[in-house]
Amino acid sequence: MSLLNDLINLNLSETTEKIIAEYIWIGGSGMDLRSKARTLPGPVADPAKLPKWNYDGSSTNQAPGDDSEVILYPQAIFKDPFRRGNNILVMCDAYTPGGDPIPTNKRFKAAKIFSHPEVVPEEPWYGIEQEYTLLQKDVKWPLGWPVGGFPGPQGPYYCGVGADKSFGRDIVDSHYKACVYAGINISGINGEVMPGQWEFQVGPAVGIAAGDQLWVARYILERITEIAGVVLSFDPKPIQGDWNGAGAHTNYSTKSMRNDGGFHVIKKAIEKLGLRHKQHIAAYGEGNERRLTGRHETADINTFCWGVANRGASIRVGRDTEKAGKGYFEDRRPASNMDPYVVTSMIAETTILWKP
Amino acid sequence: MSLLSDLINLNLSDATEKIIAEYIWIGGSGMDLRSKARVCFITLPKLVTDPTKLPKWNYDGSSTDQAPGDDSEVILYPQAVFKDPFRRGNNILVMCDAYTPAGDPIPTNKRFNAAKIFSHPDVVAEEPWYGIEQEYTLLQKDVHWPVGWPIGGFPGPQGPYYCGVGADKSFGRDIVDSHYKACLYAGINISGINGEVMPGQWEFQVGPSVGISAGDQLWVARYILERITEIAGVVLSFDPKPIPGDWNGAGAHTNYSTKSMRNDGGIHVIKKAIEKLGLRHKGHIAAYGEGNERRLTGRHETADINTFSWGVANRGASIRVGRDTEKAGKGYFEDRRPASNMDPYVVTSMIAETTILWKP
Repeated sequence: MSLLNDLINLNLSETTEKIIAEYIWIGGSGMDLRSKARTLPGPVADPAKLPKWNYDGSSTNQAPGDDSEVILYPQAIFKDPFRRGNNILVMCDAYTPGGDPIPTNKRFKAAKIFSHPEVVPEEPWYGIEQEYTLLQKDVKWPLGWPVGGFPGPQGPYYCGVGADKSFGRDIVDSHYKACVYAGINISGINGEVMPGQWEFQVGPAVGIAAGDQLWVARYILERITEIAGVVLSFDPKPIQGDWNGAGAHTNYSTKSMRNDGGFHVIKKAIEKLGLRHKQHIAAYGEGNERRLTGRHETADINTFCWGVANRGASIRVGRDTEKAGKGYFEDRRPASNMDPYVVTSMIAETTILWKP
Repeated sequence: MSLLSDLINLNLSDATEKIIAEYIWIGGSGMDLRSKARVCFITLPKLVTDPTKLPKWNYDGSSTDQAPGDDSEVILYPQAVFKDPFRRGNNILVMCDAYTPAGDPIPTNKRFNAAKIFSHPDVVAEEPWYGIEQEYTLLQKDVHWPVGWPIGGFPGPQGPYYCGVGADKSFGRDIVDSHYKACLYAGINISGINGEVMPGQWEFQVGPSVGISAGDQLWVARYILERITEIAGVVLSFDPKPIPGDWNGAGAHTNYSTKSMRNDGGIHVIKKAIEKLGLRHKGHIAAYGEGNERRLTGRHETADINTFSWGVANRGASIRVGRDTEKAGKGYFEDRRPASNMDPYVVTSMIAETTILWKP
């Protein structure tokens, strides 16, 4: 198929000023990513300079057939690692023609929280650890697992190397470089405890950018698994039994926490999170009850607890932070299928704005 | 096959003044594309853009159902030139239409009549713009079953596939993406692409193009697509309802505007135009593609074939006016009736004729 590759890899900058912009949005389930492309007359770096667009909301469960137009507002631009050149990916959110965010648009409310005058000076930073599982295409069984059976028990796979311990690294490595190319602040990757499961981290990102970057990183990952012929799963507990689930641990700090004496601010914030445990859990991803069992490096879903270096707690504070008296903490509760707009803004809202 | 690729990708510009021109025409069925190549001697400028500078040619019409065996020559008149994305360099694709040796358009030559309509002074003044949304289905080669579908079975129901991403939701993207770049390279005004509601079905849009060039560009875009599916070993289908049942059909929605519609007060011109189209509904439907009755059922985002209706943002109507147009009081409208296998020369010129020239 090298002739096809020649065409896919055509560098259009030599023949035209035009660029291709891939507009990305979240569909009606809140987890299904959708995208389509359009030609623009020249390179664009500022999302405010991109045209609004629209799509058929009746095909994504977001509008009725007789009033089907949903409007896309461009919010963030990244370089397109697939088309390269001056071509771009555009993360969008969705509005009615009247200008109101549609019900599944979680970014709108998050953006409001992040522009609140009390949140802005605290400069909330996020580092999100996105775990995911790769599945063989037609059987939907994890990559590397024998069809109709199981691999050896967990132990050798975490950060493992070798054909019998690591499955799908080409997807993970191409994703890493593609995200760096795109301008996403991807900070690392590692093989996870369950074979066929991986993790990448995005951050530190400030405020609303954390959500934008994580969603586009997810999009790039699904495009790559599409090329590889492998199915991507964000299910929080893909395999029942003695197999780890998949989370999206969210590391968080504010300016006050990062400054001297920050450790006290951190403790206060954690207390507030404890008082709103049930509400956060409800927004931390569907199916999380199958994952947060108290085993497999999780805390039970009904219990709120925190501890230094404790991976069995809801919230973990690193030893560095304890030692320095300032830093950040890790909310280990969010599931891999959480919406980062919801989780990041809710943590900011509870810890900065909410009064118990 | 890298040695073969090396040869296919030879850059001849260093070795010779000659270029290769691929002459493209439409065969006897009205949907079968044909082409053959010839060498042309070109001095300066190296890249030919003017079709009148190219020689007329001829082909064996008896092999394409367009002439009898004992009088088989059909003459090709070059009409539009594009850069060749396959041969690259200074090589070109040439869209042609077909004439008898005496100079008359052969019966299957729909471009001739369209060109007459588009050069009518009333039509020229209105500068008709077209944006055509070409849908198509990719089929696995030997079984003629859609790409990504299990042989002997069906994928999960429609829902996840429209603009979808992922190995279980999107089938054939490499074809679609290479087609996008190839068309841009060629100089076709391709404005976008998206995955469609039925898995294995895709759409690209060409436009806005003025008058006769809409047809030229869409035909060459179809040609480039069929060349690419040929490379990929996948079969291209323009059937308007490739799979019966609860699966969307394939259309070629045609967006249209005239100068009057694009100017202030245009919404009234649009409404008048839509009324005229309603009065000629049957005439248009007859020319909007074979087999369209299998697609225009009133379900799957279509209007029933016997009903003419229009509405703002209504995908179940024959004609849809966008919310932007309604809001601005001017703009364009979308005729959703044409099938994927329509002839753009026929459809574009008929819409212009009905809305600009025809008096009820």
